[in-house]
Amino acid sequence: MGAGFRRDGGGRVNRTQPLPFTFNGRRLMGFAGDTLASALLANGVHLVSRSFKYHRPRGILSAGAEEPCALVQLEEGARTEPNLRATQIELYAGLSARGVNAWPSVAFDLGAVNNRLSKLFAAGFYYKTFMWPPSFWRTLYEPIIRRMAGLGHAPKLPDPDLYDRMNARCDLLVVGGGPAGLAAAQAAARSGARVILADEQAEFGGGLLGASRTIAGEPGAAWVAEVIDELAAAEEVRLLPRATVFGYYDHNQLAALERRTDHLGPGAAPGQARHRIWHIDAAQVVLATGAHERPLVFADNDRPGIMLAGAARTYIERYAAVPGRRAVVFTNNDTAYETALALADAGAEVAAVIDLRTQADGPFAERVAERGIPVHHRSAIVATVGGQRVAGVEVRALDGAGEIAGGGAQSIACDLVAVSGGWSPAVHLFSQSRGRLRYDGTNACFVPGVSIQAERSVGAAQGRFSLADALADGAQAGVAAARAAGLNAVDMAPAPTDAPPAGGIEAYWLVPGKRPLGHGPAKHFIDMQDDVTAADIRLAVREGFQSVEHVKRYTTVGMGTDQGKVSNLNALAILADALGRPIPEVGTTTFRAPYTPVTFGALAGRDGGELMDPARLTAIHVWHETHGAVFENVGQWKRPYWYPRAGEDKQAAVNRECRAVRECVGLLDASTLGKIDIRGPDAGEFLDRIYTNSFSTLPMGKVRYGLMCHDDGMIFDDGTTARLGEDHFLMTTTSGNAASVLDWLEEWLQTEWPELKVYCSSVTEQWATLALAGPRSRDVLAALAPDVDLDDAAFPFMTTREWVVAGMSARIARISFAGGLGFELNVPWDRGLALWRAVMAAGEPYGITPYGTEAMHVLRAESGFIIVGQETDGTVTPFDLGMDWIVSKKEPDFIGKRAYSRPDTARTDRKQLVGLLTEKPLEVLPEGAQLVDQPHHPKPMPMIGHVTSSYYSENLGRSIAFALVMGGRERLGETIYAPLKTKQVKAVITRPMFLETGKAGGHG
Amino acid sequence: MLKIPCPWCGLRPETEFRNGGEAHIARPANPFAVTDAEWADYLFMRTNPKGWHRERWNHAQGCRRWFNAVRHTVSHEIAATYPMDAAQPPLPEHDGEG
Repeated sequence: MGAGFRRDGGGRVNRTQPLPFTFNGRRLMGFAGDTLASALLANGVHLVSRSFKYHRPRGILSAGAEEPCALVQLEEGARTEPNLRATQIELYAGLSARGVNAWPSVAFDLGAVNNRLSKLFAAGFYYKTFMWPPSFWRTLYEPIIRRMAGLGHAPKLPDPDLYDRMNARCDLLVVGGGPAGLAAAQAAARSGARVILADEQAEFGGGLLGASRTIAGEPGAAWVAEVIDELAAAEEVRLLPRATVFGYYDHNQLAALERRTDHLGPGAAPGQARHRIWHIDAAQVVLATGAHERPLVFADNDRPGIMLAGAARTYIERYAAVPGRRAVVFTNNDTAYETALALADAGAEVAAVIDLRTQADGPFAERVAERGIPVHHRSAIVATVGGQRVAGVEVRALDGAGEIAGGGAQSIACDLVAVSGGWSPAVHLFSQSRGRLRYDGTNACFVPGVSIQAERSVGAAQGRFSLADALADGAQAGVAAARAAGLNAVDMAPAPTDAPPAGGIEAYWLVPGKRPLGHGPAKHFIDMQDDVTAADIRLAVREGFQSVEHVKRYTTVGMGTDQGKVSNLNALAILADALGRPIPEVGTTTFRAPYTPVTFGALAGRDGGELMDPARLTAIHVWHETHGAVFENVGQWKRPYWYPRAGEDKQAAVNRECRAVRECVGLLDASTLGKIDIRGPDAGEFLDRIYTNSFSTLPMGKVRYGLMCHDDGMIFDDGTTARLGEDHFLMTTTSGNAASVLDWLEEWLQTEWPELKVYCSSVTEQWATLALAGPRSRDVLAALAPDVDLDDAAFPFMTTREWVVAGMSARIARISFAGGLGFELNVPWDRGLALWRAVMAAGEPYGITPYGTEAMHVLRAESGFIIVGQETDGTVTPFDLGMDWIVSKKEPDFIGKRAYSRPDTARTDRKQLVGLLTEKPLEVLPEGAQLVDQPHHPKPMPMIGHVTSSYYSENLGRSIAFALVMGGRERLGETIYAPLKTKQVKAVITRPMFLETGKAGGHG
Repeated sequence: MLKIPCPWCGLRPETEFRNGGEAHIARPANPFAVTDAEWADYLFMRTNPKGWHRERWNHAQGCRRWFNAVRHTVSHEIAATYPMDAAQPPLPEHDGEG
């Protein structure tokens, strides 16, 4: 061993490319090819972070995606990212990171006092400790828990990076580029199949990288390189390194996160997408996802320096980083013996192998014996010592029943404990595909059982742990998948290997400590991210929990960012034991996507900022902008809300606009009105069924207002419809509901009345619409259309005509949503701005005033016109609004009619639309305010209605409001109260109309 | 996300479609000839089977046509899609759960 903990030779790090980095404030050096974890270990750093609840020092447990402990906050500022696994961060020059959940530092952490108070934080502590008084939860308990418990911190600045998304289809998706996945991809690719091979690491090869395995007579890594060369040259193969397949969804669709630039460092690849989400539609899937090693559950098994045995070997062989100088290996299976040999080969002293079993088999155990490494059979580690790094273990012999036998304890000093509790196939994607697991007692793990979707699990992911099995499974599955996808695949002989079989295992779920479980300070950790111990599981069972899903939620086991990859089986085995039931009967919790966390940025892709939801702009928008309009969002539309002049606030601007419309003339951009062109010989009949009133009787050139209901009788939309020809109508809808109304019409035409000859087209964006309103509106229009007779007799209320206005062919309707005299002018969309300018110019002598939607709301309320969605909420009938006049009595049927004879809709005490005038005329009720009869009634007060619209009306010099009040129409003149937070507002019930302006007209 | 075979456009992703609930619920020909309870049944009551289910879909972001589908509510297998005016195909004989 050379300087520090880096070996002089071997491994896959590039010693010619040193990379400086900073961790927890220390400046360190690593090499290209390192992960942050391997670089830390090469520097002798094991202490990385503090745990979630008890703030215990935590180190590096694993070498991959399963890492529960070594969580870091990477970088600072806008690009900071919390809770990343140090084991998966590729090192780059200048990397800066710190461990999570420590203040002021990882080495000296004030929160560690939680460890001394651990009795308070047992299973379910949230539900027990912090119950009373209730008000303390928000004010005291939660803020403290939030500060003291938890992990990293989300960035507070906008994400400066780019993300994108790709869709791909393939014959075969292979997940995992280890030996099984490579063999599968190779076998399928040789048939010409379109194959995608995805692996979460930068390099393909999985467990073969750095390992001393030979395949086909050459080093494993050389075989990997040959297969990758062959795949890269195949036309239909796509290789996706650095891509984690994180979700397996219905119909064989999967999602992968490709990290494209993270390994270059933050901001190092401007203009390139940092992450890319792949939506992969795969005819067939091969899951070669490998397996995760489990730790053993023993007393104080969480100290930094206690590491999975397979991970220790990976650090030595792949990264040339030796994780300790004096090691103890602790195992219940044969695989850890290989780690003992690797440690010895790397120059570390292996003080002992502690094996829970009475004997070990296989070539590695034999070689350990040959090397003279002491092996303690049928023994256990019953205690560990050390502060920020393990310093030693206490070993006791076990008896035949697995309990601590007589005889003394042996203390062994060490700075590394390499642990193996067996291997769990990474069945996450298989289970997400809703495949059913089977418990394999021989290998002590769950393995894929029954497939539901078109996938095959191979190699270690299927619980077949030897290299020979992986290569054979892969070759066979690749051929079978290609054939299932319709290709003519030829059988491929698996590549031969000299690797030994995986060896045996004896399940040993809970290692006894020096004192009974739950007594004394020692903790047997199961889930090291959520700080859940074996005692917590037992406590949950004592308190009556039985279902594995309930125990999970109560103890939080497996609920961390790692989703319990290394802890779940230990947890449920200990649960099964406590319940006295076999493991397969207890079952597993549900596996859900994502396999590893995915950032919101990646999921959002380009659908952020202004691209998240398109803004719809009218043809006149640029004029509104240059004239200082404040905009309101109506659906996706931007509509002028009001046009403030210098020094005006909202109320002053709205007051001025309202007065101008009543006293002179105003102009509103009403282009956002939904417009549906309805044609066909049955169009009139169709509208009779859709609206509550008749339209087949509407004469040509006339306009009629209509209400549309659902078949439950509740109002759904309203608007005016004009008859333009015998078989031709133009319907208008509310601005926000246009798409829903068109869907509604189509649904009835296609599903219920296919015999009607009618077709509907959206023409909302074909016609720009201007509402010209006020007593001088006729004068303005006359100036633009001098040859047209606009007087009441020639062009009466609720009629429509086609004329030339300001040199443009236009459709004009004599309707008004403001009430009083008004015209609606429609021109082709691209003429809208020209017409607007012409009308403004013609209106100048009269002081024409552009008005926005807020003034429109006030004006229509003065005139007693409702707005669907404001006065209605899906529970309001036309009768509730007092609009009996619009419900046809002659028509035998229309949508909604049957509902009006139901007892509930026929009740006389339903909430009915009324007007409200506050006792103090300048007091404006808040919309949504609840209304009561008795203001001093003890709470809860019986509520009899609510305010639906409320404004200050400049034209009336007082406030006005609409409300829905139980039996309100019978109560005109009575007093009612709105109990607000700080006061009671007294109001009188009136008719829902405040100003006589004329009949109902079209919408703004 | 499901892959749904629109009878007019072929296999398309679910995001283009809108589910329209149980299929073959006919609006009573004469609403006033049915009782309130029967009307309520037409308006509100739907079967919610675990297994094969006939349901309506609308290819809202595509051809905008309505059609019917036979879908398994557990496995999401879609055994058939057919136009609104087509005869109902028989339900598959396998249980649809893989």
